[in-house]
Amino acid sequence: MKSLSQCAAERILIIDGAMGTMIQRYKLEEADYRGERFKDYHLDVKGNNDLLCLTQPHIIEAIHKEYLEAGADIIETNTFSSTFIAMADYDMQSLAYELNVAAARIARKAADEYTAKTPDKPRFVAGAIGPLNKTLSLSPDVNNPGFRSVTFDEVVNAYYEQVKGLHEGGVDILLIETIFDTLNSKAAIFAAKKYFRDIAQPELPVMISGTITDASGRTLSGQTLEAFYISVMHAKPFSVGLNCALGGEQMRPYISELSQIAACNVSCYPNAGLPNAFGEYDETPDHTAHIIEDFAREGFVNIVGGCCGTTPDHIRHIAEHVKTLPPRPLPVKVEELA
Amino acid sequence: MSETITSADTLQTPGTKVIKPYLRLSGLEPLVVRPETNFINIGERTNVTGSKKFARLIREGLYEEALSVARQQVENGAQVLDVNMDDALLDGEKAMTTFLNLLASEPDISRIPVMIDSSKFSIIEAGLKCLQGKCIVNSISLKEGEAKFIEQAQICKAFGAAVVVMAFDEHGQADTEEKKVSFCHRSYKILTEKVGFDPQDIIFDPNIFAIATGIEEHNNYAVDFINATRRIKELMPLTSVSGGVSNISFSFRGNDVVREAMHSAFLFHAIKAGMNMGIVNAGMLQIYDEIEPELRELCDDAILNRREDATERLIAFAETVKSKGKVIEKDETWRQGTVEDRLSHALVNGITDYIEADTEEARQKYPRPLDVIEGPLMAGMNIVGDLFGSGKMFLPQVVKSARVMKKSVAVLTPFIEAEKQKLVELNGGVVKSAGKILLATVKGDVHDIGKNIVGVVLGCNGYDIIDMGVMVPAEKILQTARQEQVDIIGLSGLITPSLDEMVNVAREMKRQHFEVPLIIGGATTSRTHTAVKIAPEYEHGVIHVLDASRSVTVTGSLLNKALKKTFLDDVKIEYQKLNENFRNKKPVKQYLPIAEARQHKAITDWSNYKPVVPKKLGVQVFQNYDLAEIAEFIDWQPFFISWELHGKFPQILTDEIVGKEASRLFEDAKAMLKRIVEEKWLTANGVIGLFPANRSADDTISVLSPKPGAGTVHLECLRQQIKKAPGQPNLSLADFIAPAEAGIQDYMGAFAVTTGGDIEKWLEKFKADHDDYSSIMLKALADRLVEAFAELMHKRVRQEFWGYATDEQLDNDALIREEYSGIRPAPGYPACPEHTEKYKLFDMLDATANTGIILTESLAMYPASSVSGWYFAHPEAKYFGLGKIEKDQVEDYAARKGWTIEEAEKWLRPVLEYDM
Repeated sequence: MKSLSQCAAERILIIDGAMGTMIQRYKLEEADYRGERFKDYHLDVKGNNDLLCLTQPHIIEAIHKEYLEAGADIIETNTFSSTFIAMADYDMQSLAYELNVAAARIARKAADEYTAKTPDKPRFVAGAIGPLNKTLSLSPDVNNPGFRSVTFDEVVNAYYEQVKGLHEGGVDILLIETIFDTLNSKAAIFAAKKYFRDIAQPELPVMISGTITDASGRTLSGQTLEAFYISVMHAKPFSVGLNCALGGEQMRPYISELSQIAACNVSCYPNAGLPNAFGEYDETPDHTAHIIEDFAREGFVNIVGGCCGTTPDHIRHIAEHVKTLPPRPLPVKVEELA
Repeated sequence: MSETITSADTLQTPGTKVIKPYLRLSGLEPLVVRPETNFINIGERTNVTGSKKFARLIREGLYEEALSVARQQVENGAQVLDVNMDDALLDGEKAMTTFLNLLASEPDISRIPVMIDSSKFSIIEAGLKCLQGKCIVNSISLKEGEAKFIEQAQICKAFGAAVVVMAFDEHGQADTEEKKVSFCHRSYKILTEKVGFDPQDIIFDPNIFAIATGIEEHNNYAVDFINATRRIKELMPLTSVSGGVSNISFSFRGNDVVREAMHSAFLFHAIKAGMNMGIVNAGMLQIYDEIEPELRELCDDAILNRREDATERLIAFAETVKSKGKVIEKDETWRQGTVEDRLSHALVNGITDYIEADTEEARQKYPRPLDVIEGPLMAGMNIVGDLFGSGKMFLPQVVKSARVMKKSVAVLTPFIEAEKQKLVELNGGVVKSAGKILLATVKGDVHDIGKNIVGVVLGCNGYDIIDMGVMVPAEKILQTARQEQVDIIGLSGLITPSLDEMVNVAREMKRQHFEVPLIIGGATTSRTHTAVKIAPEYEHGVIHVLDASRSVTVTGSLLNKALKKTFLDDVKIEYQKLNENFRNKKPVKQYLPIAEARQHKAITDWSNYKPVVPKKLGVQVFQNYDLAEIAEFIDWQPFFISWELHGKFPQILTDEIVGKEASRLFEDAKAMLKRIVEEKWLTANGVIGLFPANRSADDTISVLSPKPGAGTVHLECLRQQIKKAPGQPNLSLADFIAPAEAGIQDYMGAFAVTTGGDIEKWLEKFKADHDDYSSIMLKALADRLVEAFAELMHKRVRQEFWGYATDEQLDNDALIREEYSGIRPAPGYPACPEHTEKYKLFDMLDATANTGIILTESLAMYPASSVSGWYFAHPEAKYFGLGKIEKDQVEDYAARKGWTIEEAEKWLRPVLEYDM
């Protein structure tokens, strides 16, 4: 079977679309989120999408399959918030490890099923590592800018546990995504390196995906795109890219810049446009696909897909539009200054 | 994955990008060290071992001031900031963490990369955990053996940091050229071969030692360093070479003239050899060629070790120069320009210091006083306009520029008037301006900050502004417009009834056959409302203007004969489309009959509810409340919005684009706030009342009036009618009060507060001073203060006067996020949008007599900085928006209020679901 790198060298790879948007379609209620296991839980858990890997695994599996059917090469585990820090919102800190293992297994099973169906198009599972609800570079207290609600070591521990769960559940890739504070992502990189060193196994490829929050062209923690990339280069990532916050149209200048400076593959999975007045995304699959196709024609991208508001339909259209277009050629790294 | 090749000459596919092995660092912004990059200055003053001042500030915990040391380094050109907290009296890890965390909130400093400088690796690790950018660790070395070196290097690598490697080995520091080169090379091999470090991430510090110390062995230290540098760069071309430059002149401490010269001379030679970065006092570097020639020669002699007596000669010279520290002065060089240049500089930079003298000078230079305005002043304002238009300048700066302009014009006005008088006497001539614009806040509304800003900005662009102030009736607006033959009418308003008044003005303009365009602005106005409600009433152009900066382009287009028609046609088409879209979109939402909505009350079970009896029932008056106490409750975010600076506070202070200006504005605001408080510019008066109350009907609350003999007052509430998800309530404020039939005595409260007392005399003073900036600032601050006052009183009510939350522990942010129990909705706002209930509130509290707040005919409160509302204490009480309501509720409400349907529809117009 072809490796991830081989596939990426041959064609533009497709990563899946939004998980949350798809879960919404099931119109799940509190009882559905709780399932049998948490039926007497002391807090409301509706909205804890990651918990569904334990309580409604068939729904998560079905969504994965919809994306695989639509042509995704890479599917993301449903683990955006599966750390003991983010799970504290639901007092479910102790479930973090279990959530990651379960989510990875569900995705693994779905991906393997499709790889068996189309062996020439192997499918990969990326363990999704989200940005956390606490941030290391910004103070939550206006009057005390030096204050931090969490320490670097705590964040490393949280990510370490997540990486362990994802790895043991069988993911192929670690995807550190929606990075709005680079220091959080550096803690994730640190945790991943530490984990693989501790277990003395080769590191999994890492995909890094930052988030430019608005037209300032900066991350929420204030870095320019290039500063962000320089700050995470030491991960020697398989890819670096952008997702979330912006639609493809708004992302264009940044993806263009990244394609110039990145020594690795470039990924891009924008939202389905900007949200309308009701907070909904209404960019049509066709429209999204046209924007992404343009990126591909310009030679900006190696991996494309969708974030908030995108659906299997979006992914199908995107896959169709970039099918025949070559991936961005990887830059040549020289060892001389001149 | 990417392939590594050894020569750049290898054939490459055309278009393939090449990634060079440069040292790449980052703070908020990147720093890429290319071969052609000039020497990189590393700021050294944020070092407790090198700067007594910095050490004292850190020891005393004065971090704010310590940050200003860092800022000064950046302003003086430091490209990397060295931070060192190695002091026996300090908890180094903690000091490093605190300082770097604070640094992260100062984007003008944290834009550059940090060098974490410590001889204790635990302090370095503490620093690494705080920095999002790619930093430099200074330093690691073989001092404690290879194992330790590898371990520390691995940690640095895991954080993605570049490292400074000191030329040390297990036996000590390298002092000779040979040792320097061999220690560095050994370190290099370990780092690249065993740790896997990228060569470009290695920076060598081959040790700069003091020369000219009088000890002969020291004389060749500079030469050793320079030669070693050359060889290191040949042997390991991707690495960098750095060093602590001030060491070289250590023996001349106290003599900055000689030290600066030595540093510059040393760097001149070391840089040629390949040293590409160094720790320097960025403000204290001279250009080599500008060193006094004799001193330069002496320095070179000592550095290059060219003469045996170099040290003595340098010392002898040093004694002849007095050490004089450089004083940092305001840059006043612009004063040397022509009067035109000076006026332009003053306008662009908002400097009023010399404007009167400069204007007078210009007036004498130009034939006519008007020429000064039309020449240099307008030229300056055009620059301001261009900068503002292209987003390089922000509103507070523009207002400051306008202040300069106004002061200048004030100098000229008497002369212009005198000249005009002469002209008129001679031939009855009339002077025509670029255009005349009438601005007014409509009847019943007192809010004018936005309107004043528009006036200032348009004034800057050469238009004549007739500002009619606030609460101006339609008839008066139109009468003045006709008399003054204005070219444009601009209306502003903040409260919702003003929207109707604007519609009214538009209708009147049509009826009176006006033909000038109408501009609409203000916080509650919107493009959609303008398109749907106002534009159809008047056919000669109705344009909604979002903010002051847009007002310039819109006015420009309207007053340009060539552009006007196309512009108005475009707007018309756009608004017609908006109108259609709006009407087509309407039937999406479903509404419940009011009777059914009333089945879905928020709280249905009252059996376990035990209301807390207010500790102090009845009315309490607070006059001349302490402003200092109020100021502590300020929520700053809306302050920036009033200046059209959008973003979250405090992040806005560090925003890339507006951060600088926001910070400056914030400083000005704090300075004025201090004076307001200390000099008691404003008077804060408030009244609160707590009363027995019960729900007497579905949407009616009966309150026992405190006035003798007044009996019960019925407060009429409105209920959400939109169809909600099953189980979700259709809210009404009445839901939060226990119904009479539950047999529970419940309570509610009311308040009215103002901080607008005495504001007028200050506004007049600023007006006389042509100082719109201060005038707008004061109004904006008074608004913040009154909101803070309301917050403060609400807190006291919860904790003391009512006392239902005596154990509440919330800081100001938590208050701003409304984390407390209970609410204070204001009549006219989303939960109870019908304004006339305010009469009852004012009556119960005797608010006008007790606070001086007056209600206008549109139920706006005057002074503008006033807030009133109800208190609800039920733990489930929450803020909500009423949304739209149907005719059945309007009819019911009219019956309750004793109104006709038409009256009810008039007051409820903004929330009607249907077209009238």
